[in-house]
Amino acid sequence: MNAPINLAGLLKKTKDVFRFHGGVHPPENKAQSTQLPIGQLPMPEKLVLPLRQHIGNIPKIKVAIGDYVLKGQIIAEAEGAVSAAIHSPTSGIISAIGEAIIPHPSGLPDHCITILPDGKESWIERHPQDWRTADIGTLISSLRLSGIVGLGGATFPTQIKLGTGKAAIHTLIINAAECEPYITCDDMLMREYHAEIVCGITIVQRLIGASNTMIGIEDNKPEAIKAMRAATANTSIQVKIVPTLYPSGDARRLVHLVLGQEVPHDKRSTEIGIQVFNVATVLALYRYFEFGEPALSRVVSMTGNVEQAQNFEVLFGTPLVDLVKAAGGAKADTSHFIMGGPMMGFHLPSENVPITKAANCIIAASPTLFEPPPPAMPCIRCARCADACPVNLQPQELYWFAKSDNFEKAHEYNLFDCIECGACSYVCPSDIPLVQYYRYAKSEIIALDKAKEAANIARERNEFRLARIEREKQERAAKHAARAQGAKATEATIDNSATTDKQAAIAAAIARAKAQKMKDALPKNTSNISDATKAEIAEIDARRAAAGLTEQAKDKQPAVANEDKQAKIAAAIARAKAQNANAATTSKDAPTKLSVVDADKQAKIDTAIEPAKTLKAAVAPAPTDEGNTKPVADLEKQAKIEAAIARAKAQKVAALKAKEDQSKE
Amino acid sequence: MLIALYIMLGLALLLGAVLGYAALKFKVEGDPLIARIDAILPQTQCGQCGYPGCKPYATAIANGEADINQCPPGGDEGVHALADLMGMEYKPLNEQHGQTKPKAVAFIEEDVCIGCTLCIQACPVDAILGAAKHMHTIVASECTGCELCIAPCPVDCITMEIIEETPDNWKWKYPTIPIKAVINL
Repeated sequence: MNAPINLAGLLKKTKDVFRFHGGVHPPENKAQSTQLPIGQLPMPEKLVLPLRQHIGNIPKIKVAIGDYVLKGQIIAEAEGAVSAAIHSPTSGIISAIGEAIIPHPSGLPDHCITILPDGKESWIERHPQDWRTADIGTLISSLRLSGIVGLGGATFPTQIKLGTGKAAIHTLIINAAECEPYITCDDMLMREYHAEIVCGITIVQRLIGASNTMIGIEDNKPEAIKAMRAATANTSIQVKIVPTLYPSGDARRLVHLVLGQEVPHDKRSTEIGIQVFNVATVLALYRYFEFGEPALSRVVSMTGNVEQAQNFEVLFGTPLVDLVKAAGGAKADTSHFIMGGPMMGFHLPSENVPITKAANCIIAASPTLFEPPPPAMPCIRCARCADACPVNLQPQELYWFAKSDNFEKAHEYNLFDCIECGACSYVCPSDIPLVQYYRYAKSEIIALDKAKEAANIARERNEFRLARIEREKQERAAKHAARAQGAKATEATIDNSATTDKQAAIAAAIARAKAQKMKDALPKNTSNISDATKAEIAEIDARRAAAGLTEQAKDKQPAVANEDKQAKIAAAIARAKAQNANAATTSKDAPTKLSVVDADKQAKIDTAIEPAKTLKAAVAPAPTDEGNTKPVADLEKQAKIEAAIARAKAQKVAALKAKEDQSKE
Repeated sequence: MLIALYIMLGLALLLGAVLGYAALKFKVEGDPLIARIDAILPQTQCGQCGYPGCKPYATAIANGEADINQCPPGGDEGVHALADLMGMEYKPLNEQHGQTKPKAVAFIEEDVCIGCTLCIQACPVDAILGAAKHMHTIVASECTGCELCIAPCPVDCITMEIIEETPDNWKWKYPTIPIKAVINL
C-alpha cells in the first residue's frame, strides 16, 4: 500500500526543477553587457538622492543645506516600521534639499537631497560586526541603519524580511534567476563576487535559521553557475539550475521552480516557511556586517543602444548621464531610456534622473532596438495570453473589465494577483498593451479604495461631531436644571431651619453696629483734657448741633435728598387734602377729626420740607440761564404729577368720607 | 375538489405564518436605502446640496424630497451611481448647487490667524486644531475640502489648496493610442 506513495516521492525527489504555468522566452540580449567586468565610474559632479527609493515610509531628513557629510553618514533615517535609511554615498557638502526629477513612471519630481562630492571619499567610522557569533536580534535590529533594501527591483526594506519571526523559515532561496532580457548585473556579481555572496548567504542562513538553502540560476548563465558551484562546493547550499523562461525570476515562480510548491495567492512565502532573497541583497548584507558599509552603491547594467554595454558599480544618486558617458555614450538614434528590463521597465522621464536602489538595468532604447508598438487591434479571444500567464489568470477577461472600467469585476477576477510581467502583452497577436490596462485598473481601484476609506473616516468624524454637540447640549441643559434645583433647595433650607439663627445673628450685628456708632459719635481723645475744656467742647457741639453741622447731620444729607421728593409729594397731598377739607367744610359739616389730622400732618410736612428745601438750595448749584429750560420742564412735570396725586388723594379721601358716612349711618 | 382546496388553504396559512415570522425575525434595522445612498455620497459634508450634511441629503433622496444631481463634490460619477441605485434617469449636475472642483484641502495662513475658533466651530469633521487666542491649523489628512471654514474667518486667512499630483498619488493613465500629426503638403 505504501509502495505507490514512496514511488511518487522518489519521482518527486529525482525531479530537479518544476515548471510553472505559462511563461515566455523573449530574445535574451544578455551577451552585450557581459563582455567586460564590472566597471567603476569616476566621481560624478553631484549626487541626487531621492528620499523615495524603497517601498514604505519616506525617511526623515537628518541634514541641512551646507552640512558637510562623510561617506556612509546617514542623511535620512528610517521612519516607521517599513522604511529604510539613506546614506551619503561619498563625502561632500549638501547643496540642495528639494524637489528634483526622480526615476518614476509618472515623471513627477520628488524630494531629493543633492550632495556635491569633495572627492576625498573620507569615511565615517565603520562598525563591522561579528556576524558569526553576535546576537541575532542585535544584528537584525542594526540593519535598520544599513539602508539595505531588496535589490532585485522590489526595494522592500531587508530588515523586515529578516525579522518576521512569525513562522519558522526552513528554506532560504537565493534569487539569481535574472530572467528579464538585457539585465546582467546579478550574473556579473556572481562571476566576480561568488565568495562574498556565499558568506552573505551564510549570514542570512544564520539570521533566519533556515536549514535548507538553494540558489536558483537560469541556465543561460554558465559562468555564474560554474563560479557559484565552486564557491558552494563545501557547503550545504544547493545550486539549482532553472530553465530560461521568463518570468522565472519572480519570487513565487522561483519557489515553484525549485521546490515544486506553490505559494497560495493570498499568502506570503514566509507563511509557508520560505524566504527569498536577491543575490545582490545578500552581497550588500555581507558588506554591511563584514565591513560596516551601508548601502551606498549597486551594480547596474548599462546596455542597449550604447557604444559599449557594461555593468558598473554606481553610487546611488549618480545622474544617468554619467553612467551613459561611462558606457561610451548613447548612439545617435537613441530615443529614450528604460529603467528595468524591456518587459517590466518603464520609460525614464529624462536623462538627468539619478540611479536609485531599484535601478538594476538601464537600457538605451532606439526605434531599431524596440520597434514602436503597432496600433492595437481588437481582441480576438484567442486566449494565448491565458496560456502565457504565469499566475493562471484570464488576461483577456481582465482586459475587458479594465477597458470598460468594470473594476469590481476585475477585482473579482484577481487582478491584484497579476505581477505585471508583460508575458500576455508579449504574446498578444493583436498587440494590445494589456499590462497598461491592468496597471490603470489597479491604480484606479487603489485610488477608489483610498477615497472610500477617506469618506468613511469623514463620515465617522462627522457623526462623532454631531453626537458630541448633542451630548454637550444635553449636559448643559442638565447642568442648568441642576443649578436651578440647587438654588431652590438652599432657599428652602434657609426658610425652614436657619431663619431664627440668622435673624438672631442679624439682630446682634445691628446691635453691634449701633453700639459702634454711638461710640464713634462721642468725642475722641478726651481722656487727658480738663473738665473745663470738656464743657467747652460740649458747648460747641451743642451749637453745632443747633446749626445742623454735626457729622451725623452731614451723614444724613443723602437720605434727606432722597426724602426731598417724598416730602414734596407729601406736601402736595396735604395741600390737596386741605383743599378737600375746606371744600367739605363749606358744603357739609366737616368732621373735626379730619381737620385735626390735617393740622397735624401739615405741621409734620412743614418740618420735613424745611430742611429739605435748605438742603436743596445748598446742594443744587444756582441754575444758569442756559439750564433754565430744563428745570422749567421739570417743574411742569412735577406740577402735573402733583396734580395727578392730588386728584388721586381727593378721590381716596372722598371714598373714606363716604365710608365713614355710611358707618355713621 | 374540497381536499385540494383545504390543502391550498393550509399551505397558504403555513407559508403566510413562515413569512410573517421571517419578517419579524429578520427585520432590517434602519433604512438600508439611506445607508446605500450615503455610501455613494463623498462625505464632504459641505452642504452644497442644501442639506446640512451627506446623511440628511441621503435621507432626502430616499424620501424623494431631493434630486440626485445636487452634489458637486460627487461629480458626474456620483450622479451616475445614484441614478443606478435609485433606478432614475441620469441628469447633469445642477449648476445651482455649484460645480465640481478638483480635490483640495484648506490651509490656514498661520501668521494671520487671530485664534477666534470660528473655523473650528464650522468644520464638520473636526479637522481644525487650535484654541481661543491660539493659532489654528488644519489636519490636512482629515480635511474634506468642504470650504465651510472659509466664510466664518474674520481675517480671511484660510485658502483652499488643490491637492497636487505627486509620485505618491499618481495613477497610471488609461492606455491611449498617440495620434501623430500628419503634415499636409
